[in-house]
Amino acid sequence: MYSQITAWHDAAVNIPVVDPSPTSGVLSLAWLVIALPLAGAVILLLGGRYADKWGHLLGTALPIGSFVVSLLMFVSLLGRDANDRQVTQHLWQWFDVGRLHVGFDLLYDPLSALFLLLITGVGSLIHVYSIGYMEHDPRRRRFFGYLNLFVAAMLLLVLSENYLGLFLGWEGVGLASYLLIGFWQHKPSAAAAAKKAFVINRVGDIGMSLAIALMFVTFGTTSFTGVSHLAAGASDNTLNALGLLLLLAACGKSAQVPLQSWLLDAMEGPTPVSALIHAATMVTAGVYLIVRSNFIFELAPKAQTVVVIVAVVTLLWGAIIGCAKDDIKKALAGSTMSQIGYMMLGAGLGVGGYAFAIFHLLTHGFFKANMFLGAGSVMHGMNDEVDMRRYGAVRHAMPITFLTFAMGYLAIIGFPGFSGFWSKDKIIEVALADNWVVGLFALLGAGITGFYMTRLMLMTFFTEKRWKEDVHPHESPAVMTVPLIVLAALSVLGGVMLAGNWIQDFLAPVTGVAPHENPPLPAIVVTLLAVLVVAVGVATAWFLVGKREVSVTAPQDVSFATTAARNDLYGDAINDALVVRPGKSLIRTLLSIDRYGVDGVTTGGPIALGALAGQLRRVQNGFVRSYALSLLGGVLLVVLALLVVNVG
Amino acid sequence: MTATPYVVLSAIIFTIGCVGVLTRRNAIVVFMCVELMLNASNLALVAFARQHGNLDGQIAAFFVMVVAAAEVVVGLAIIMTIFRTRRSASVDDASLLKY
Repeated sequence: MYSQITAWHDAAVNIPVVDPSPTSGVLSLAWLVIALPLAGAVILLLGGRYADKWGHLLGTALPIGSFVVSLLMFVSLLGRDANDRQVTQHLWQWFDVGRLHVGFDLLYDPLSALFLLLITGVGSLIHVYSIGYMEHDPRRRRFFGYLNLFVAAMLLLVLSENYLGLFLGWEGVGLASYLLIGFWQHKPSAAAAAKKAFVINRVGDIGMSLAIALMFVTFGTTSFTGVSHLAAGASDNTLNALGLLLLLAACGKSAQVPLQSWLLDAMEGPTPVSALIHAATMVTAGVYLIVRSNFIFELAPKAQTVVVIVAVVTLLWGAIIGCAKDDIKKALAGSTMSQIGYMMLGAGLGVGGYAFAIFHLLTHGFFKANMFLGAGSVMHGMNDEVDMRRYGAVRHAMPITFLTFAMGYLAIIGFPGFSGFWSKDKIIEVALADNWVVGLFALLGAGITGFYMTRLMLMTFFTEKRWKEDVHPHESPAVMTVPLIVLAALSVLGGVMLAGNWIQDFLAPVTGVAPHENPPLPAIVVTLLAVLVVAVGVATAWFLVGKREVSVTAPQDVSFATTAARNDLYGDAINDALVVRPGKSLIRTLLSIDRYGVDGVTTGGPIALGALAGQLRRVQNGFVRSYALSLLGGVLLVVLALLVVNVG
Repeated sequence: MTATPYVVLSAIIFTIGCVGVLTRRNAIVVFMCVELMLNASNLALVAFARQHGNLDGQIAAFFVMVVAAAEVVVGLAIIMTIFRTRRSASVDDASLLKY
């Protein structure tokens, strides 16, 4: 169908197109990966209290089943020839309207394969952990139903073959995150946070739906196959517009500036939810969207530049917020924002960066899930305390949590050899090669990461005890520590994906092959620089936090920078000033126009008529004689009229 | 034969009845004035029937008498009931049915 266009398209620029073959063998099970957790969600949410006893077990078993299927598919994909690793499965015709023909198609390729493993793998571990974490919650079955829905929606998002199916998953993820962030809906703060996440995600969705509409208009299709073949034929302006709209969508879902403010509030949800949102699902969707749409971004250099700018701003923004937060989950949330910024940076740098963006996404998925679940474990042992100023020296009480958390910590700061070291280093390297300013900011971000993570680590596990009374930390049960151990192992070993450039080669059918350039700095120098910068950050934290006494209440006489970071760099204030307040006054104006203008016109007539009737009513005074008089008057009038007509 | 005197008399009686209905308060008198008006119209009907030499007007006069008789029965019954409950036959007293 598209072969003719492909001919000259391939000659012009070397961007890989999506050109899948029909599924066969194990790969035909792609639908099952989505169907299993979806079935779990349906059964758990419709099953009512009959499912209370075994709901969490079923809800955990189904994602694990999905993981097994994903693993089989992955092995089968590896067995194929490198040029034959894109397969598609047509499930049914979704709708045909006019010249729109949308199929419910799945696309399984190296990119989806890695996402599938991450989502189902890390997702399953989080499910297992939740069995322990949510043990005493009366609504645990419902929680697992929502988790399954979340996983199913995210799987649909990464498996769909067209933007419309992706959008369905995209919205599903939004809905599930809303339900889960507000899971403890009895807390007004949780309900508000859920609403905030939902509303800000809607802003991003505007970008997504406009992008889809623009694709329909420009290409007449939204399938990856179609768009990737036809993209080269579109005008530059269209492609840049598409790129920017997709970026807006990605900003909403991935909490990038300026749509970042929901992420910190989203910490109101139960901790496993935070882990799921930050590691396996949700925030990775934006990065996926950009990498998946590489055939658009490669042709839209302006949009790509904006991606890089957004990414750099976000990676510093998140890191700075992370430095000042005392709430362990919020500090981790700031760190997620920053790390997603790195991924977006990789994705924005083009062919050279896509593979590393995905690589960092995977390693981040491991170590961030590890640390969030670790934080949950600490909270679990500390009577749900989240203030790090009330922690200290937890390492003795919770050795397993401490050791696993430490692995995640070493991975995120980029300690040599750990997974995060390889992935972040690669992104910094590509950034420096592309533009030294961007590269330096990325380096600076790495240093700040070293600072805030060390601060978090010291305040939680080291320094002296600052526990509240009758807090007796204890190690969490095995159902919670085993996922931690698995994730810690992955955090340490995630770097093997880079061995022999495996991940670049594996993703090459999707992301293309980077042209070999001579970097301005040798790779080893960049690595040393990065390690040095991180070491400075860690040392700073050691001198500022580790060597001093940590007060149990946050000191108030702090610099402006600290105050700003504590207030999320005034993200909410900016939103208020730019959107909320103008919006409110607009609504007030519209309301008064409606009340006094529209309502005045429509209800003014009836009101006048009512007043007139009120006066005329008085004529009915109950005196028979006055009725008789009016009767007489009427008769006289009629007679007079007759006289006028007949005589006059 | 000319009907003029009869019509003039009829007009005078009708006017008396009219004024009586409008000015008198006693229900019985009002009632009698209504009868005066009915009879004034009867007189006019009969006079014109005579002038034109046909019976249409006279038949109409009979109908008026029958209706007047029936009306008197109902009207007097109502006045009786009102007098029994209110001890008054004034039409202005029975003014509760109003706005």
